[in-house]
Amino acid sequence: MTELAWIENTLTSARPQAMGALVRYFRDLDRAEEAFQEACLRALRNWPMKGPPRDPTAWLIFVGRNAALDGVRRDSRNTALPPEDKISDLDDVETDMAERLDDAHYRDDILRLMFVCCHPDLPATQQVALALRIVSGLSVRQIASAFLIGEKAMEQRITRAKRRVAEANLPFTAPNAVERSKRLGSVAAMIYLVFNEGYSATCGADVVRASLCDEAIRLARLLLRLFPSEPEIMGLLALMLLQHARSAARTDADGNAVLLDDQDRTLWNRSGIEEGLALVDKALRHGQPGPYQVQAAIAALHARAKTPEETDWEEIDLLYQMLESQTPSPVVTLNRSVAISKTQGPEAALQLIAPLAERLSGYFYYHGVRGAYLSKTGRAEEAREAFDRAIALARTPAEAAHIRQHLDQLAVMTQVN
Amino acid sequence: MLYAILCYHNEDVVMSWSREEDDAVLAKRRSVQKELVDTDRMGPAIRLMPTSAATTIRASGSEQLVLDGPFAETKEQLLGFYVVDCENLEEVVDFAKRMKEGESVTFEIRPVQIFEKGNLPEREASTK
Repeated sequence: MTELAWIENTLTSARPQAMGALVRYFRDLDRAEEAFQEACLRALRNWPMKGPPRDPTAWLIFVGRNAALDGVRRDSRNTALPPEDKISDLDDVETDMAERLDDAHYRDDILRLMFVCCHPDLPATQQVALALRIVSGLSVRQIASAFLIGEKAMEQRITRAKRRVAEANLPFTAPNAVERSKRLGSVAAMIYLVFNEGYSATCGADVVRASLCDEAIRLARLLLRLFPSEPEIMGLLALMLLQHARSAARTDADGNAVLLDDQDRTLWNRSGIEEGLALVDKALRHGQPGPYQVQAAIAALHARAKTPEETDWEEIDLLYQMLESQTPSPVVTLNRSVAISKTQGPEAALQLIAPLAERLSGYFYYHGVRGAYLSKTGRAEEAREAFDRAIALARTPAEAAHIRQHLDQLAVMTQVN
Repeated sequence: MLYAILCYHNEDVVMSWSREEDDAVLAKRRSVQKELVDTDRMGPAIRLMPTSAATTIRASGSEQLVLDGPFAETKEQLLGFYVVDCENLEEVVDFAKRMKEGESVTFEIRPVQIFEKGNLPEREASTK
């Protein structure tokens, strides 16, 4: 690994903690960001010559804080700046600083930073954009391309989010235990949104969006390290690892979606699956199954099956029932219908989803799944109508292409009959 | 005499390596290991999953506690490890509890991510 790559990795991993501490200090996202940027620039200048500091995070916080304070002084009055070599020569102070950084602060700083980003006043899209900018440090351009919108629009979205956070006048004190567990839930939801944004559009060459999945996994790891005994955070990380492990098999060479049953399981990432399985096992020992854990347990059953035929659909059905009682939603029921179609046949699945017709009328997957059940029961005409509706609702060319395959099969079938 | 070489690093930094960077590190290590491999002195090379995947069994009075961990503030040192082939965590926990009986040692169960068998012959601890 080159030296520059090492420094960049260190800056990336130090970012949440350093930004957290700088936000606590300045109580201002923009100022904290500028301070961190400045500290990174100085790190790139100093570390190759002097070698890495003993505690890179402490160094960045200290240098960032001083640099920003210099900026404040410079703005207010034309005070002469201290010479650069003095600012950078921090050996003694840095050691002292590192000793004063304690773990409790570290944890609260990062959580507070994440919580600021998922402030309940912000719409989900702004929460995600802000978190990617502030916690992960992605550039506006990267975030914009990940969300398939223009850079200018994303810039505005982030600026609006920052202004709202500033107006909300958040308390920057350490959260108490109750408050902390509430925050943890919204932070977890934000991370999962980041993941889904990447996952729902993982099509072939779409590297930028796939990296959102990696970023979400990185954030979840960070969160779990801060709260190692939270089974739902374990479940969240497990769920994302298990889903992401299948990404290489989810599209074919032409970029078309490949259904779970048809995926080449040798393309699944074994180490991601194994880590996910380990985390599910560990989480379930706590005996407090929440929605992320249940979804992870479902993903684990798919991952454990060596062939589609070995999938334990009965157990998956039970887990979906559990999920239905925890978080009732027509989408959960729609997913459960897949298990029902495997255990009781397409007719039973159709009956299960019939009451959802109205609520899911604008949902791509509803029409796609319904079309598949209908064609299995031989109702070709109704199936065709369902597939047509699905195509009209497809968000990506891959989704549309997948449904067209179904239509082609249907055409072949009806010709034969 | 055998030596276990335990690698400590900032987990966050390691986790942020790209696949290419990770491969480069492994390739470099393998080239260093080669001399030992060529002379049949190379044992299993094991990478553990992140600490978030770890489970710890501790003695608490007469009971044995199974905990998530290790935690950042842990002061205990890793002394060595076994590799066992078990169906699931439950089985490993049972096994570890039996091994732990009557000892004040702490066992941490960590799932193995990459297992390279190596080619070192088995040997017993030398007795004086």
